[in-house]
Amino acid sequence: MGDTAVIPPPEYAVELKGITKRFPGVVANSDINVGVRSGTVHALVGENGAGKSTLMKILYGMQRPDEGTIRVEGELVDFQTPADAIAAGIGMVHQHFMLADNFTVLENVVLGTEPKAGMGLDFKAARVKITDISARYGLGVDPDRLVDELGVGERQRVEILKVLYRGAKILILDEPTAVLVPQEVDELFGNLRELKAEGLTILFISHKLDEVLSVADDITVVRRGTTVASVVPGEVTARQLAELMVGSALPVPELRESTVTETPMLEVRDLKVTSSDGRTVLEDLSFTIHAGEVLGIAGVEGNGQAELVEALMGIRPLSGGHISLAGKDINKLNTRKRRDAGMAYIPEDRHRQGLLLEATLWENRILGHQTKAPNVRGPLIDRKGARADTERIVADYDVRTPGIEVAIASLSGGNQQKLIIGREMSGNPVVLIASHPTRGVDVGAQAAIWEHIRHARAEKLAVLMISADLDELIGMSDRLSVILRGKLVAEYDPKSVTPEELGSAMTGAGDKV
Amino acid sequence: MKKFSLRSAGLGLAAPVGALIFALLLCALILVITGHSPVEVVDQMVKSVQRPRTVVNSLNSATTYYLSAVAVAIGFKMRLFNIGVDGQYRLAAMMAAAVGGASFMGSLPSFLRILMTIVVAMLVGAVWAGIAGFLKVTRGVSEVISTIMLNAVATAVVAYLLNPARLAVSVAGSNNIGTAPITEGGQVPGFEYPGSSSKIFGLIFLAVLVGFLYWFMLNRTRFGFDLKATGLSESAAVASGVNVKKMIVASMLLSGAAAGLVGMPQLLGASHSYALDFPSGLGFTGIAIALLGRNHPVGMAFAALLWGFLDQASNVLDISGVPKEIVVIMQGVIVLSVVIAYELVRRYRLRLEQREVGTALGTTTTPAEVSA
Repeated sequence: MGDTAVIPPPEYAVELKGITKRFPGVVANSDINVGVRSGTVHALVGENGAGKSTLMKILYGMQRPDEGTIRVEGELVDFQTPADAIAAGIGMVHQHFMLADNFTVLENVVLGTEPKAGMGLDFKAARVKITDISARYGLGVDPDRLVDELGVGERQRVEILKVLYRGAKILILDEPTAVLVPQEVDELFGNLRELKAEGLTILFISHKLDEVLSVADDITVVRRGTTVASVVPGEVTARQLAELMVGSALPVPELRESTVTETPMLEVRDLKVTSSDGRTVLEDLSFTIHAGEVLGIAGVEGNGQAELVEALMGIRPLSGGHISLAGKDINKLNTRKRRDAGMAYIPEDRHRQGLLLEATLWENRILGHQTKAPNVRGPLIDRKGARADTERIVADYDVRTPGIEVAIASLSGGNQQKLIIGREMSGNPVVLIASHPTRGVDVGAQAAIWEHIRHARAEKLAVLMISADLDELIGMSDRLSVILRGKLVAEYDPKSVTPEELGSAMTGAGDKV
Repeated sequence: MKKFSLRSAGLGLAAPVGALIFALLLCALILVITGHSPVEVVDQMVKSVQRPRTVVNSLNSATTYYLSAVAVAIGFKMRLFNIGVDGQYRLAAMMAAAVGGASFMGSLPSFLRILMTIVVAMLVGAVWAGIAGFLKVTRGVSEVISTIMLNAVATAVVAYLLNPARLAVSVAGSNNIGTAPITEGGQVPGFEYPGSSSKIFGLIFLAVLVGFLYWFMLNRTRFGFDLKATGLSESAAVASGVNVKKMIVASMLLSGAAAGLVGMPQLLGASHSYALDFPSGLGFTGIAIALLGRNHPVGMAFAALLWGFLDQASNVLDISGVPKEIVVIMQGVIVLSVVIAYELVRRYRLRLEQREVGTALGTTTTPAEVSA
């Protein structure tokens, strides 16, 4: 780190040396070295599965390293549990919020460390302390609001407040921006700068490089379980950083020439879906996807995307509206008949809807295609055909596995996803419903998945793509719609839209129709 | 791939064998504590195996146990707990006995009579189990609750029908009552076994056939795939196009039909009528055997044989002054230890496989490949 000389000799708040952790089946940490200087924002970047989370779990006392040492403020530590880490001043803000919705901010913050006053609880002191912390770090959190009423960004600030309340001096933020829209990200970074200014140290885990470059003071790159580089933001571009992360040139989501035709494949008119508790979750939803066209749906998670996908696949009943496939009304068709008619489905949660985890690869090849060759012959399963076709998918889609007889649970998420993509692309589908097709897969697999979607699009496949990755949406869509509270509120041309514009529309801030 | 399958076969056996050894040791301990010699008991049991009568009775018990286990296993594969096999087979056996013993059957050819009796039993069993399936899909009633209740209802229905005013006649020479005896043309003859006065049930072949069909259905048919998929992950099955409600009803009907067969070997091979002394409780034994045999067609066959033998051995123990309840303890301990052992092995196997996949890939992939 040549040009960091302006800052006095590094006094590390956290120093990890030679950390090695062996694990069954996943990339282990081997010889990880990270030095986090006090009062800085230190970013740890790497692909999914590179070993960032494992490293953070080790630092937070959730797992113990097989080798290596951890020093906090110069002291050698040996954390047995997160409680030890907390005692040493380390706090973790998890990617998934751990808040009770029906509690107030105050109650959530004190949960687990309730201030006792005799038999009762001393909320007064806690409220003072929370207001104090909130003001000091500019978090702007009202202790008496119900968490249920808070937006995602506010909830995250409550999480941060929670760890500060417990006296953390070193904050670990695990992919904090994954759930935020661009505007919220800016707010978060503002908060982080204030925390830093107050002398706190922040360890920031991410794979979004623009963000890392804008907020971090130092960056450590993790690849395949080991630290491959330490850089400072001024010295590298996002692209160089990405290439360090992947170890090679980087794929870009983009569509080449338009393949959109005039043939409407999937038409949705005035779709209405009501949840089991009677709430309207989708309303007045209409769109058409033509053969060879990708329609991207952007939106903050929980605005009806999951319901839309399930309604299209016949998993969730409609309260109104019409869905037609290649001109034929499919409202009355069940899921199997829709699949038979050529609808392919990449579910959002592959473990819940896409796979039989304890079944073998070839059995998972059959799943969802129980009525089609080469999996079946009449009412019988064609084991030979299914196995042979699984071998084909494994080869064509580069599924990393020692064989097709192993349980799919033993593969990594990216390889599981590749098998799902290969399966769903089989049998010449006419419409693909893809929910987060590249979620949780590494960059190499991501490029391959994009390529397969591009290829299928050229073959006149109509694709509905839902994604939280705005770059993916912009790069891979022919048209973009924004879903907000169960309605399509805006349409954009992906060639001209920026992530910021999309972000505004997703939160309902910029009402462009 | 050979390595995987060999290991998995070994692991598959590890659980039941380990659990059996553990159960035997525990029983030996109990025997020692209660002042009996385990060696003596083992000696007695080994001797009894060699007796032809024990062999025949063990095989016959195993036949009915096996059918019962298959009925339970069909439900288990779907994560449905059909506790009602007991009621289903008793009601089915009684109705089948009434049909089989009815006077109009006398004129029909033997094959047709037997077939009709068996079909009636399957239908009655299916209907009785189907009620639980129907309640589950239309009203969301847990099949556990409804099948338990239906057991009680079946008991009452059988008691009501088994009355001289309705389906029953007095059994000559006793104060027992039962359905009209099935005459010779409607019976299934057994096999002689040298040295034993009782015969091996002819319907032992029915059990073998049912076992084969069960295996075939699960592993070779689309229906079986849907059934297994639903059991492994209902949400994934739904997304794959399985109509879960239909599958629930279908599997309950199948389970009930198999349950209807449970009483047939006894009815057509030995009792020839459904009387008050017709064996009961076989449905519950089936649950234990399905657990012990891991719902596997061959595994359950071994479990049924073991169970049948232990039952017979308990009689021998009584004679030699060892309380026969030791066998019940042994059976209980076996089931408990097997269930625990399976879970342990299952987890170990998954971890092992993950590790193997990890190492297999770790040695074959280079960074260049990963980023390709």
